[in-house]
Amino acid sequence: MNLILFTFIVLLGFTSYYFGRKKAYTIQSSNKRLTALPQFYGYYLAIWCAIPAFIIFSLWAIFEPTIVKLLVLSDYSNQGYLDDELNLIYEKTKSLSRGQFTGEITPFIESSAEKYLSLRSIAQSSKAVIVLSIIIASVAYAYKRISSNSRTREPVEKFLNAVLFTASLAAILTTVGIVFSLIFQTIDFFKVIPLFDFVFGTHWYPAKAFVRDSSEALDPSMYSDTFGAVPIFAGTFFIAFIAMCVAIPIGLMSGIYLAEYASSKVRQYAKPLIEILAGIPTVVYGFFAALTVGPFLKELGTSMGLEVSAESALAAGGVMGIMIIPFISSLSDDVITSVPQSLRDGSYAMGATKSETIKRVIFPAALPGIVGSILLGVSRAIGETMIVVMASGLAANLTLNPLESTSTITAQIVVILIGDQAFGDPKTQAAFALGMSLFLVTLCLNIVALRVVKKYREKYE
Amino acid sequence: MNKSKEQLLNKRYKAEQRFRLYGLSAIFMALLFLTIFIFKIFSTGYSAFQKTWLIVPVTFDAELMMLEQNPSNEDLQDADYYDIALKSMADLDPNANEDQENELKRMVSYFFEKEIKNELLNNPGLIGKTKEVYLTASDDLDQVFKGNYPRDLPEDQRRVSDYQLKIFDQLVAKGKVESKFNISFFTYADSREPELAGIASSFMGSIFSILVCLMIAFPVAVLAAIYLEEFAPKNRFTDFIEVNINNLAAVPSIVFGLLGLGVLLAIFHLPRSTPLVGGITLSLMTLPTIIIAARASLKAVPPSIREAALAMGASRMQTTMHHTVPLSMPGTLSGTIIGLAQALGETAPLILIGMVAFVNTIPGSPMDPAASLPVQIYIWAESAERGFVEKVSACIMVLLGFLIIMNLFAQIIRHKFEKKWS
Repeated sequence: MNLILFTFIVLLGFTSYYFGRKKAYTIQSSNKRLTALPQFYGYYLAIWCAIPAFIIFSLWAIFEPTIVKLLVLSDYSNQGYLDDELNLIYEKTKSLSRGQFTGEITPFIESSAEKYLSLRSIAQSSKAVIVLSIIIASVAYAYKRISSNSRTREPVEKFLNAVLFTASLAAILTTVGIVFSLIFQTIDFFKVIPLFDFVFGTHWYPAKAFVRDSSEALDPSMYSDTFGAVPIFAGTFFIAFIAMCVAIPIGLMSGIYLAEYASSKVRQYAKPLIEILAGIPTVVYGFFAALTVGPFLKELGTSMGLEVSAESALAAGGVMGIMIIPFISSLSDDVITSVPQSLRDGSYAMGATKSETIKRVIFPAALPGIVGSILLGVSRAIGETMIVVMASGLAANLTLNPLESTSTITAQIVVILIGDQAFGDPKTQAAFALGMSLFLVTLCLNIVALRVVKKYREKYE
Repeated sequence: MNKSKEQLLNKRYKAEQRFRLYGLSAIFMALLFLTIFIFKIFSTGYSAFQKTWLIVPVTFDAELMMLEQNPSNEDLQDADYYDIALKSMADLDPNANEDQENELKRMVSYFFEKEIKNELLNNPGLIGKTKEVYLTASDDLDQVFKGNYPRDLPEDQRRVSDYQLKIFDQLVAKGKVESKFNISFFTYADSREPELAGIASSFMGSIFSILVCLMIAFPVAVLAAIYLEEFAPKNRFTDFIEVNINNLAAVPSIVFGLLGLGVLLAIFHLPRSTPLVGGITLSLMTLPTIIIAARASLKAVPPSIREAALAMGASRMQTTMHHTVPLSMPGTLSGTIIGLAQALGETAPLILIGMVAFVNTIPGSPMDPAASLPVQIYIWAESAERGFVEKVSACIMVLLGFLIIMNLFAQIIRHKFEKKWS
């Protein structure tokens, strides 16, 4: 039904475009001057046709379910039902009216299902009638307005400009959405668990906070010593540190080599090949780390008499480092290439060798940009999920031994939220609190890194 | 004096060579990782494209199937195939006792009944006759046949018994075991049994999510880029939007998953586990990528084009829509494809919105629960069965294949259609 109405509105939009243009041609043929190209008359009419209709359409979609629900449940008012029970009754009514109800059918529910169906059909037909009459009214109004000396280009362009502006708000809306989705759950979480316990506690056993009957009151003592995030934060930074130990030397040296030494032919092939590493999905790295690198390290350790966990931090961090190599190499390559040639020439003129020039002149000059690229790499390492979920441990373990297993923020979020979640449960909220800390940490890193890189670019451009 | 100078020079040259070597070995290592990686995936995955079949003689005994004389097509549909299926497996070893008969049954997949049924439905004249039917081997025997399963383990540590191996070897000796191209890997939905698991459901899930993502992200991103590059006044608000876009591009993907869970599922009550929600979440993630690419390619259109159009009396909107935007399209499109390729490989946000649910039907619309290719990789990688290892690698090969095709396509668009301004 909605789809038919929607298609109909679109069709009417095209028709009114055609009529608007036709009217412009008639005006033109009667030897009057038009104020805009004929198609603008068409656009003008089409906008007048579609926009009011869509506004009504979406308002209806938002309010119809609530109003229908109110009307259906009005039969049950004054009978002392709780809100939850009313919701349950309404769900039953809806599933009965769809013919999917499996439980016992009481006459009460049957009658409300009938009421629900009749209300729905009334709503549908009145929606169609209202939308269509609005279209007719607004198109007729607009059709009367367009004449040889009325302006159509300006309103159409203003409308387009508004559309463009709205689209550019999408980025802000997304950020707002992220903060919005995280903040309420986080606040609820900190109502139960003190912020201090979360930030400084050293025991993380979210499994202890099982889902209970909602009628029971929350007992804060139950959660004490379960949500101490120190092991998680430590594990996150530790694995990121291991990753950077792999990524920085290899990435930086490849970036320097590509920018300063490589012939254009080597560069042409080596650069895209290295960048393939960045295009491989992280779940593939995770599989590789869990299936190949982890067992390999374990065997290697056993042969050397070391005890290595199959889910060691080293395996996850090392593979993550490989993933980050191309980010650092491409960014530092860009940064080094943008160092002005005059600096190099000056250094060569003083008799310095190439590597001395790189180490003493180019590297210091490019340092801010390189630091920026490393910070972006760190931010990626902290936010990386699949490699840690698949290759590192899932139990939080406060350790600095790379051969043992640890867990990270992202891995814990996945562990908690995989499967069904009960909103309002401290365990679920803990995942959102972790998400909030992840968002804040990466946000700071990104802002600093982007600013450093931007400052650096401005310096040499 | 001269000598020490020479020594110093030698030292400096050596340092130069060392430094160069470090750079070269860094590149070499990065490429080595890539090679090991690709090699490992291909060497474990290629065997999943073959499937092992046991060729077993089946007697279509009308009595055992509870069929009457001249059965209609419907009768054949409803007939009881279990007994003849069981009997044909048991007949492999006439001396088998009850336990051994059970083991014989487990040499093929639990689809064997259906496979026999399909054989008869395709050829109803077989009633009362005996025909050799291809039955899917169980995943353990499949692995044994492909040589991925160690046969020399003690019996209690293997999932295949000595007895099953003995019968299997007899079948191999008689040439009754065949390996054929594994079509079902592409046409079946997910299954708990490796030999019957396919990527059709997750593949459709990926396609639907990517389509939803494209339909939302592309128009919004292009319009936003046009506004920011061509119309936006230079003020603080515009700067704020820019900072936002750059930041969003670097926000960890799992945070978008939390957004999908906390807003799309919890507040808008969109259906869980569906490509619709997955696509919306992914579109928010790819939005900044496409905006940045579209802005770069709008910026690359030389100002002379705009000036010429304005000089001919076009309005700013007309200049943009008729000249600048079409000229920037190749760059925008290739950026969009690269953004979509990123979205195609994304796993974590989809896990959070519930696309990890076990789905054994092939979704027909974006509103049906589904997994996606990367999530399928995750699900299979977490399964214990040995048969899934090669499936994971094969699934990775399919996914990488798609990513390579998309990136090539983006390159081709960029090189073929982009105008070079000089």
